[in-house]
Amino acid sequence: MNNIIVYLEIEDGIVGDVSLELLTKGRQLANQQKCKLEAVAAGYQLDTIGTQVFHYGVDTLYLADDKRLYPYTTLPHTSLLVNLFKEEKPQIALMGATSIGRDLGPRVSSALFSGLTADCTSLEIGSYEDKKAGKVYSDLLYQIRPAFGGNIVATIVNPDCRPQMATVREGVMKKELCDPAYKGKTKKLNLSDYVPDEDFVIEVIERHIEKSKLNLKNSHIIITGGYGVGSADNFKLLYDLANVLGGEVGASRAAVDAGFAEHERQIGQTGVTVRPKLYIACGVSGQIQHIAGMQESAMIISINSDPHAPINAIADYVITGTVEDVIPKMIKYYKKNSK
Amino acid sequence: MSFNIVVLAKQVPDTRNVGKDAMKADGTVNRSALAAIYNPEDLNALEQALRLKSKIGDATVQVLTMGPARAAEIIRESMYRGADGGFLLSGREFAGSDTLATSYALAAAIRKMGKVDLILSGRQAIDGDTAQVGPQVAEKLGFPQITYAEEIIDLDKDSITVRRRLERGVEIVRGPLPILVTVNGSAAPCRPRHAKLTLKYKNAKTISEQQTSSSDYTDTYHTYIIPEWGAGDIEHEPQWLGLSGSPTKVKQIENVVFTAKESKQLTAVDADIEELMKELIANHTIG
Ligand SMILES: Cc1cc2nc3c(=O)[nH]c(=O)nc-3n(C[C@H](O)[C@H](O)[C@H](O)COP(=O)(O)OP(=O)(O)OC[C@H]3O[C@@H](n4cnc5c(N)ncnc54)[C@H](O)[C@@H]3O)c2cc1C
Ligand SMILES: Nc1ncnc2c1ncn2[C@@H]1O[C@H](COP(=O)(O)O)[C@@H](O)[C@H]1O
Repeated sequence: MNNIIVYLEIEDGIVGDVSLELLTKGRQLANQQKCKLEAVAAGYQLDTIGTQVFHYGVDTLYLADDKRLYPYTTLPHTSLLVNLFKEEKPQIALMGATSIGRDLGPRVSSALFSGLTADCTSLEIGSYEDKKAGKVYSDLLYQIRPAFGGNIVATIVNPDCRPQMATVREGVMKKELCDPAYKGKTKKLNLSDYVPDEDFVIEVIERHIEKSKLNLKNSHIIITGGYGVGSADNFKLLYDLANVLGGEVGASRAAVDAGFAEHERQIGQTGVTVRPKLYIACGVSGQIQHIAGMQESAMIISINSDPHAPINAIADYVITGTVEDVIPKMIKYYKKNSK
Repeated sequence: MSFNIVVLAKQVPDTRNVGKDAMKADGTVNRSALAAIYNPEDLNALEQALRLKSKIGDATVQVLTMGPARAAEIIRESMYRGADGGFLLSGREFAGSDTLATSYALAAAIRKMGKVDLILSGRQAIDGDTAQVGPQVAEKLGFPQITYAEEIIDLDKDSITVRRRLERGVEIVRGPLPILVTVNGSAAPCRPRHAKLTLKYKNAKTISEQQTSSSDYTDTYHTYIIPEWGAGDIEHEPQWLGLSGSPTKVKQIENVVFTAKESKQLTAVDADIEELMKELIANHTIG
């Protein structure tokens, strides 16, 4: 009872990274709360899900395997969670802040009258004092998220309602195996006990889901271009440097909006969160929303023509100069010295 | 029987243009420095409603907004953009609502509006970025939902077909009416329609706005009155409104501060860059 549950996102039989990241976080919270970590898989042909998730420290895996549960539609997945949560009374429920999680989460939270916080960037356990009611709550989930365009960070709690629900974007939490030999139990759910037939009202006529080509999250070296790079053409310099160093190219939102790079490359609060070994910011001013997605990089180099660009404050190396000038030199001296 | 569409629209501070002056010296947000605008994705929703109306003919588009008195601006703007009318849901009882209390109130107001065939909302509001209110209103009313609509492809007397824009793809789905659809920013923008409507509705007012305006009485005669509802006008249980209907509480708000590092200053001269590359190779950051 009162465990932590993670809703697993499954595409083509594969559990999404965002769910594995949440399991990692969930395991950590479960250890702290001395409770179990559980996961729910709803979909079709789920035989391999257990082997995909148990070693993240899952104690119980609930399986709802039915042809009609894949592809995802709102109502059946909602009923499944709502009825399972009523039975199991988890203290915390986590899901990805993805197209699915953000469709499902609010619906479940409304049905259970349990608060939901979207897009958390950090989850912690702590206490809360309701001064008006003169009550102190311990062991609550702090749902921490940026607010107001990223200019402030708010800590949200749900003192009285369970489960405490939160969604988290992909890449925000780290994914780490717990124990390769970890073994949990599988519980098969009898679908008709949880989902009424009337829930299957949405018909998916066509569906095209692309596999992400890019793996920014897992790159050790990221070269990010901002609006200061000037053009899509100048971005080629960044690709050249990335090729030589064995890294990936990222972009700021201003660069994406200007059409210099694809949206998939956006780093920051509304893009991907990265923590590479080396982050080279080229022509990026370093607004709060960008820094939110890269501040944990082990080493940061800023190349900027403005010596007072805000990003310089968090950089290990500040190169005052233009992208056009500096990058070719980096390539040249890397080649010269790496042999 | 006419096809009734309700659009949910919110007035929001323009957080996209948060400048330095938007933060006060004490680190709190200076809301008054931000313009209040029509939530961008709600305009996409309104556009889909207006397109359906011109396609079907016998349809009505009503806009519902919950907010302070000045949110009447949303109804005015909706009307001169082509909506048939709207309601402002306003009152002290609604203060402090989180997304659940907001959806509870909106759902109650929609019930009062009579037969509704389709509810359109924006995907998310730019002040909270939660994208929760649409699905929660649907749940409260027992409607199915289709989120992230990019285009309404087809509508017949008992179903709607929608193209959805997902993170990594697209989906075409069909669902039964009545239903709630949330509309994505990638859907068609809301183009201005009739100049005549603009003139006619620019002066539309709520009763409370009229009482405080200095215009003379002939003006009152010709202006459209925006209906204003308070908690007393909708069927509700008081504990589900406002603060008491909000399970989430804000524990703390903090200004974002990044810890500055001691950084090494370089220039673009060859010697500096070569030195840097050597250092990065030597400490195995690269290579
Ligand atoms: C709700 C919200 C969410 C957001 N989410 C994100 C997000 O996820 N990611 C994100 O990046 N942004 C995000 N933003 C936008 C963010 O606030 C900034 O607008 C954006 O990061 C600025 O991008 P930039 O640094 O590339 O451009 P700019 O701020 O225009 O900076 C360009 C920089 O390039 C330098 N420069 C110019 N020419 C050269 C040259 N030739 N060589 C070298 N340097 C040069 C300039 O000195 C300047 O510092 C968000 C904003 C909001 C309101
Ligand atoms: N106060 C409100 N009045 C009317 N509609 C709202 C209100 N709040 C949210 N909505 C609708 O719900 C959508 C999602 O809002 P949010 O959950 O706040 O991101 C918005 O785009 C609006 O269509």
